[in-house]
Amino acid sequence: MSEATLPSQPIEVRFRGGGFAPKARRWVGLFVFVLLIGITEIGTRQGWISSLTLPKPSDVLATFGELWESGLLFKHLIPSLSRLAVGATLGASIGIVVGIMIGLFSYVRAGMVPLVAAIFPIPKIALLPLFVIWFGIDEASKYALIAFGTFTPTVVATYGAVDNVDRSLIRMGQSFGLSWLSIVRKIVLPGAMPGILSGLRISLAIAIILLVAAEMLGAEYGIGAYILEAGSLYDLERLFAGVVILSLLGVILSTVIGFIERRILGWRA
Amino acid sequence: MDIRLDAISHSYGDTEVLRDISLDIPNGKIVCLVGPSGCGKSTLLRLIGGLERPSKGRVLQLGSPPEGCLNTLTYVFQDFALLPWRSVQGNISLVLEDHGIKGAQADAIITDVLARTKLSDFSKALPRQLSGGMKQRVAIARALAVKPAVMLMDEPLSALDSQTRELLMDDLVALWTRQSFTAAYVTHNLAEAVRLGHRIVVLSRRPGEIREIVEIDMPLADRSHGNAKLEQVQKHLWDMMRDEARAADEELLDV
Ligand SMILES: Nc1ncnc2c1ncn2[C@@H]1O[C@H](COP(=O)(O)OP(=O)(O)OP(=O)(O)O)[C@@H](O)[C@H]1O
Ligand SMILES: [Mg+2]
Repeated sequence: MSEATLPSQPIEVRFRGGGFAPKARRWVGLFVFVLLIGITEIGTRQGWISSLTLPKPSDVLATFGELWESGLLFKHLIPSLSRLAVGATLGASIGIVVGIMIGLFSYVRAGMVPLVAAIFPIPKIALLPLFVIWFGIDEASKYALIAFGTFTPTVVATYGAVDNVDRSLIRMGQSFGLSWLSIVRKIVLPGAMPGILSGLRISLAIAIILLVAAEMLGAEYGIGAYILEAGSLYDLERLFAGVVILSLLGVILSTVIGFIERRILGWRA
Repeated sequence: MDIRLDAISHSYGDTEVLRDISLDIPNGKIVCLVGPSGCGKSTLLRLIGGLERPSKGRVLQLGSPPEGCLNTLTYVFQDFALLPWRSVQGNISLVLEDHGIKGAQADAIITDVLARTKLSDFSKALPRQLSGGMKQRVAIARALAVKPAVMLMDEPLSALDSQTRELLMDDLVALWTRQSFTAAYVTHNLAEAVRLGHRIVVLSRRPGEIREIVEIDMPLADRSHGNAKLEQVQKHLWDMMRDEARAADEELLDV
């Protein structure tokens, strides 16, 4: 054995495990927000961010306060929330049902998958005039637009989730003589739940986008209408106040889904 | 209740997997199926349990299943097949619910089978919290809960380490001694076969045919580790299997 291969000093084995296991780091998200807003505030006060580029965060907050005090906030928020609730519930529940049917029945799959693939890439906003003709200028066309937009991503996520359910568990159910309905209810659905919920996160974000789009075309009240009006007047404070409401909505929905996931998917560890 | 295989043959497309298998699985006995990898053992078990239809031949039930039997032919799978979102208790009640057994009646059955498989303290645990050996005991408890006429076990101990396997074999022997059950037990481990089998069926390489049926009439409880007579049977089985396994291996190389 040559000298060169003799180890002179013991070398500690380099650690290369760990990672790839996200943990709850509660305050980091908040910190990022605070930091960005803080920088903008300082920048706009000191003038190295011109007031034409971005409004002062404190002014946006003041606008928000006015909105609250005048009662306009709820006048805009409540119609928006009800549109979102009706449209998204409709779209997501039909989407889940159709997705499960695609996952379970070969004929539904053969018939629906190409159809879904065909309507998925259509920008639903482009269809708004069509919906107005079909459902009228009122609420119904807005519900339809949001529902339609939520439907496609939910279907795709759901049938993917059903396809991914462990077949050996289904075989087990059959071998114990479980009825078809029991297998679907007790094995397929719980097994597909993780995939369905992560699909819902995307679908609900899309629902918020479409909500605003729908309200920009013909709505007296609503966050979208508010933003559109502010935008046409180049009133950046109000524009941003509206945008902040949308972001908050997104964060809240995502938190709610996270909460549901922790409650019913606790078995995943 | 006995099971009789009447001239079973099976093919997947052009591949002949099983050829002319005739075999009895008598009531209260454990029949072990051994054979080289790919000879169709798992396929045969799926045919017996009605998860697949044989291309030729029939699987017959002789006599009626025991009283209170909920699922005549019941599997114990190699990969346990437990629902990860249900607790130990929930996994067992899953197979009772469909028979309308709920509440106190279900609790009584669950308590009984958990006690028999020494799992009483873990009824609330989720599968991910259990070791491999415990998971398989849960699967066995689940199978016992439906009072099967015949248990169909496909390499139930293969996913476990050798110590756990020894312990679980003891458990199976104890279970059988307390209350004898009927089983078709597939394994590639000859030590398992001579330990648990009243009758050992050796299959040839694919297409699987019965090469020999070895009867061991020593009571299960007396079959200790390292018993000379069993070693002799095991060696005989191995001699038979070795040729088949080698030939099977070479066949694969030729493809
Ligand atoms: N569903 C199927 N379709 C086509 N071929 C199959 C199918 N299932 C099994 N086979 C083939 O049948 C043969 C027997 O398979 P089987 O799983 O029954 O063997 P086995 O004896 O259980 O093997 P092992 O010891 O590896 O578990 C194999 O060659 C396999 O490739
Ligand atoms: Mg097998």
